[in-house]
Amino acid sequence: MLIQEKKQVGGKLRYRIRDHASLRLLKRLLGFVAKLAVLIVFIFPFLWMISTSLQTFEETLAFPPTWIPAAPQWHNFAEAMRSAPFVTYAKNSVIITVSVIVLQMIVMIPAAYAFAKYRFWGRNLLFGIVLLAFMIPGQVTFIPVYLMMADWGINNTLLPQIIPFMANAFGIFLLRQYFMQIPQEIIESARLDNASEFKIMQKIMIPMAVPALATVALFSFVSHWNDYFWPLVVTDSTAVRPLTIGIAMLRESEGVSNWHIIMAGNVVLVLPILIVYLFASKQIVKAFVYSGIK
Amino acid sequence: MNRRRVWETTRPYALILPAMIALFLFVVYPVFYLIKLSLYKYNLLNKDKSKFIGLDNYREIFTRDDFYHALANTAVYTVGVVLCTMLLSLGVAVWLRKRSRFNAILQAGLFTPHIISIVSIALVWMWLMEPGHGLLNYVLKAFGLPGSPWLQSSSTSMISVILVSVWHSIGYYALIMVAALQSIPPTIYEAAALDNASRFKVFWKITLPLISPQLFFILVIMTIGSFKVFDTVKIMTGGGPNGSTTTLVYYIYEFRTTSIGFASATGVVLMAIIAVLTFVYFKVLAQRIHYQ
Repeated sequence: MLIQEKKQVGGKLRYRIRDHASLRLLKRLLGFVAKLAVLIVFIFPFLWMISTSLQTFEETLAFPPTWIPAAPQWHNFAEAMRSAPFVTYAKNSVIITVSVIVLQMIVMIPAAYAFAKYRFWGRNLLFGIVLLAFMIPGQVTFIPVYLMMADWGINNTLLPQIIPFMANAFGIFLLRQYFMQIPQEIIESARLDNASEFKIMQKIMIPMAVPALATVALFSFVSHWNDYFWPLVVTDSTAVRPLTIGIAMLRESEGVSNWHIIMAGNVVLVLPILIVYLFASKQIVKAFVYSGIK
Repeated sequence: MNRRRVWETTRPYALILPAMIALFLFVVYPVFYLIKLSLYKYNLLNKDKSKFIGLDNYREIFTRDDFYHALANTAVYTVGVVLCTMLLSLGVAVWLRKRSRFNAILQAGLFTPHIISIVSIALVWMWLMEPGHGLLNYVLKAFGLPGSPWLQSSSTSMISVILVSVWHSIGYYALIMVAALQSIPPTIYEAAALDNASRFKVFWKITLPLISPQLFFILVIMTIGSFKVFDTVKIMTGGGPNGSTTTLVYYIYEFRTTSIGFASATGVVLMAIIAVLTFVYFKVLAQRIHYQ
């Protein structure tokens, strides 16, 4: 029930709907339902992927659609994995992702340290180049990089998918911001104790910048595990291709209508990321949002 | 000069050396190499037979209809994605800005597509959009609406690709906006409440101006990102049907082996477009933004 109340405001008569308890409850319920609907729009495609991956071919064609498969067809996964050298693809994905992260850390930490804590001639200019590099799209530079790799004769190795990402401009930028907040006095007192620069980085800078390092590492993990464009344009042979390319090719090898097999392969590609996300969604969300704001 | 002093002055250079070498080698140098390539008729099999042809590649670009077609497609895609994502994520952000457990779950859910490979997203949506047995047409028909050919007709393919991209990025941008909204000091809202300001007015006069710096950066990032679209197009449509979804990067990709000089020149043009867009944004919008 709504109670209308006459009220004198500034000489005029106005009606006001009083906030009744049941009305408030209704409002909250409607809000909840709407939010649930939105959540379903964003989560459902993934559930549908999993459901399809466990259906039979007939079930995928059924009308109305099969929501939950009668008997889970686990062999779809085996079939998807048999259709291409997926063990090789998965191994490549892991090697590429891990090497990129490790190399980036080795290159990034000293650079960010120098940009944050040293004054030297040309510092601003060089840092400007780092920022500029951040803006240059790989979707354009892939042609010359591919030709360079061909000149060096390493096009049929994993290197073209690793070494171009050695210097992470975004990472250097983010880490420098973090390092700048570390008080200079701590570093000075370490120097008075005759600590080497390596020791300072190892014992002071790195431990204090763990959140920033984790952000960059998570970022690199997600973006290189998921990368499709770069491996597509710099690789020539199956032996060096990652999982993303293998899964995308399932559509050609499986024909256009074997969606249950394609979705099975897809689940394999998504699962590692989804599992990590399930356990660390808060950190991942924070990392991405943080990187978007800075 | 003693050795210690020499080391003192060269030390920072030594620390940044690996990073700078890598950046020069794989980012800066390739840009110049790209420009050089764009002036050649490049022979992939025999480099010595490559011929300097000056600006001929550029002349060819601007006389080809398929280039303008790809440019127009990219512009349509960019405007569609930027506009829809911006409005929807702003709406979602305002809606879910309050800190509560359910909102946190919702935000994490909305964000999920962003960390999943485009390959998976594209494949799942192709399956959903399958005209014969896909779920979307089933839902449309259940509501008595006619089904759509989605990706398989040149009249609906672009909008389908835009739909997937918007779905993919709403969560990410909404979260950035939520963070921006939560950083607005509550005292400002309390002051507005004392003045009996309407909700609409509060949003228009307080909320929007205060988060405008973040909105502006999102706008720039999103425009640049949309101009570089490739993965969804490659997997979902292959640029088709009838070239209806061929975007600039896909166009470059198609020419990357057959005529490297031409593809490079197109790359230079794309880079110039992105640079000009960024510059214009900063010139035009930067003055209208409220910085705290």
